Amino acid sequence: MIDMTVVELSRWQFAATAMYHFIFVPLTLGLSMLMAIMESVYVMTGREIWRKATIFWGTLFGVNFAMGVATGIVMEFQFGMNWSYYSHYVGDVFGAPLAIEGLMAFFLEATFVGLFFFGWDRMSKVSHLVVTWLVALGTNLSALWILIANGWMQNPVGSKFNPDTMRMEVTDFMAVLFNSVAQAKFVHTVSAGYVCGAVFIFAISAFYLARGKHVEIAKRSMVVAASFGLAGALSVVVLGDESGYVATEHQKMKIAALEASYHTEEAPAPWTVIAIPGEDGGEPDFSIQVPWVGGLITTRSLDEELEGIEELTAHAQVRIRSGMIAYDALQAIRADGTDQAARATFDEHWADLGYGLLLKKYREDVGNATDEEIAMAAEDTVPDVWPLFWTFRIMMGLGFFFIAFFAFWFWKASTGKLDSNKNLLWLSFFLLPTPWIAIEAGWFIAEFGRQPWVVEGVLPTFYAASGLNFWDLVISLSFFTLLYTVLFVIMIMLMVKIVKAGPKDFAFVDSPDADDFVVAALPATPATKELGS
Amino acid sequence: MSTIPLDYETLRLIWWLLLGVLLIGFAIMGGRDLGVGALLPFAARTDEERRVLLNVVGPTWEGNQVWLVLGGGAIFAAFPPLYAVSFSGFYLAMIVILLALILRPVGFKFRGKIADTRWRATWDWALFIGGAVPSLIFGVAVGNVILGAPFHFDDTMRAFYTGNFFLLLMPFALLCGLVSLGMLVTQGASVIVGRTDGLLAERARTIGIWAGLGTIVLFALGGVWVAFGIDGHVITSTVDPNAPINPLAKTVELVRGGWMSNYGAYPWMIAAPVIGFAGLALAVMGFNARWKLIPLLANSAGIFGIISTAGLSLFPFLLPSSTVPQAGLTLWDASSSHMTLFIMLLVTAFFLPIILLYTGYVFRVMRGPVTTTSLNKNPNAY
Repeated sequence: MIDMTVVELSRWQFAATAMYHFIFVPLTLGLSMLMAIMESVYVMTGREIWRKATIFWGTLFGVNFAMGVATGIVMEFQFGMNWSYYSHYVGDVFGAPLAIEGLMAFFLEATFVGLFFFGWDRMSKVSHLVVTWLVALGTNLSALWILIANGWMQNPVGSKFNPDTMRMEVTDFMAVLFNSVAQAKFVHTVSAGYVCGAVFIFAISAFYLARGKHVEIAKRSMVVAASFGLAGALSVVVLGDESGYVATEHQKMKIAALEASYHTEEAPAPWTVIAIPGEDGGEPDFSIQVPWVGGLITTRSLDEELEGIEELTAHAQVRIRSGMIAYDALQAIRADGTDQAARATFDEHWADLGYGLLLKKYREDVGNATDEEIAMAAEDTVPDVWPLFWTFRIMMGLGFFFIAFFAFWFWKASTGKLDSNKNLLWLSFFLLPTPWIAIEAGWFIAEFGRQPWVVEGVLPTFYAASGLNFWDLVISLSFFTLLYTVLFVIMIMLMVKIVKAGPKDFAFVDSPDADDFVVAALPATPATKELGS
Repeated sequence: MSTIPLDYETLRLIWWLLLGVLLIGFAIMGGRDLGVGALLPFAARTDEERRVLLNVVGPTWEGNQVWLVLGGGAIFAAFPPLYAVSFSGFYLAMIVILLALILRPVGFKFRGKIADTRWRATWDWALFIGGAVPSLIFGVAVGNVILGAPFHFDDTMRAFYTGNFFLLLMPFALLCGLVSLGMLVTQGASVIVGRTDGLLAERARTIGIWAGLGTIVLFALGGVWVAFGIDGHVITSTVDPNAPINPLAKTVELVRGGWMSNYGAYPWMIAAPVIGFAGLALAVMGFNARWKLIPLLANSAGIFGIISTAGLSLFPFLLPSSTVPQAGLTLWDASSSHMTLFIMLLVTAFFLPIILLYTGYVFRVMRGPVTTTSLNKNPNAY
């Protein structure tokens, strides 16, 4: 049997390292775009202050980017390390977008990021601007491919289980590429990154403005951040993730859990603003509901009903029974590859094989499961309702808040009154962490809401882990926690130092003149003392 | 499936070659930075010298590391069972590599931000670990592949690994680790020699000569060991290179010195070790003669030769199993599906040349001297 402690620890490690990595990713997405916009203004107007702004925000971007690279490489390898059976089972489909991300996006981003920092005095203005845009393009394309991979985990289209190779294989690559869930997720996620970058620049600029420092750069940055942030915030909410939610069975379960709707609501379903869990921690005793809104949000219609958890669980039992048939047929095929009857049965039931595997938690010989075990496995398809219910409301609340926040400041900027109220500036500064709260909540909803599946309907999470032992996980989890904590403290310290120092004038030379001695020849030159200051 | 214009066998062979290209690409490109990192505390003694080194490789190292990321991604996409078995089997070794690699981006970025001796010295050692430890362990991992890893499958293709971290540290594997460290240190030294002058270049030159010579000796020793002291795996059943994957469908026999048999069957393969030795020897000569560019080019060829030697000796194996030889993974029975291999080939054929073009462009822009003005005025200089 599978060691559930190892599974739990593996989940903790993946969640911790992924969520930690995603502290840096959205800021990279947002800042790279904002820097590209500011540098564009510099190239178009020729005004030095815009370059100064680009370089200053670029310095903070650099610190963040280093953390993103450091933690990103862990993600690339962890699937194989901790989720070995997953890697075998879906690698034929899932590995491709990851590899393409490297080829198309990360190579571009990482190669040009060096030129962004070091190319100022080595390239023409326009060439450098192109480099900056290429970095921004790379980060966005990177998000696209990662979300195509993640979208497939939520909605596994374009693939079929091959009993001869014991894995999912691609049947229609275009379907994987144009997966509706992946497209919605991409727009939602990059927009969230834009909001994150905009809040970051806005909050720090508000800090400068409140203290009357670096006023010119602060004001200009705030105008750009408010406009870009407003567009991003609208896009996050309006083009939000929910358009993809109803695509599949289990996404319905996720919606039902997010809404804590235990029973099917007649169309149009109400939207629950808040609810208090019942005594057993399940069905709510008390809730405040707004009529119709739930149906509109989740089904985009007034006549489609929103299925409840109990109805969906009952349906899961049907699929589990079908999955048992698929599992038995698969055993027959594995024993005798020429068994055509078994192949025919398998073809009919293969889509429910994953539901059959849910029973692996209770017994090895899935085909002989009792009614009680089937009922338990069906219950397992319900994610934990209340954590999802509340994080969803936090995320949504913040999403609407960002629209209001940027709309307000956009209006203030248009009327030229950015600095009319110091208290509001300080408040804006202290709102700096809010985009991360919304973003981490969003990933929690996406991933925790998909449980018990790692690939929805195809592969249960517990069945996907590597056969590692307890101490492997204890060691790796401890070292990651330790190193990540230390690095986080150092990063914050450095960012504070950079912000305190503020933007500087950087007079790069356009061509090395005679007095410029060559650092590469440094050890032989007496004038080395001035370095390191 | 009939619409795929290349047959499965050809695609598998192409992807085996591409995997080699990516791993060699990482060793040559990423090896520059790993090597410089490993040499940082030794070749450069003062803070100024260390800043020179960091700024020589700093602007391009991030792009170079993507060869590794892409190598990992390509193993996942093209040989999923290999990715699943090796990364989970070598779990703690992978953790050590990752922890060391994590130190690099932050080391480069954070070190120069504070002008404090202890702060900078700490990051110097972090960068040393980030360079030396992965260089060593990548080689140890290859050594373990040659020795065979203790794993098997059940009938659902779930992999079971029965070894542990300390079993990875066999003498032969450590020897391979030293070959890897040696060739990457030589690579680092050749970069330093090519881009700097004076004391720094002199120290790197001395290190390069000794590391190059050491690598030659260790590589030769490894060859003798493989020929006379290690069991190679030989497939004894007929293999259908177009069949769906199933590692358990073959039978395998262990033969002393069996990893040398490919050189008898395909004599042209001897070119690989020859290039390995010749490249390193030429690099040492170049160091000795104070040539600027030759050591880097020659050592890159040497790296190509050494890694190719390992890959060709193992052919068609990717990861032999020491406990259940039959379960060993070969390129014929551990690949992705026909369609995935084909799609990935199209994507790679399109993007790899573009990557080479813009990488070349970036290196061209960043060529030549780093000036103090840009170093002092640029807040992002290392």
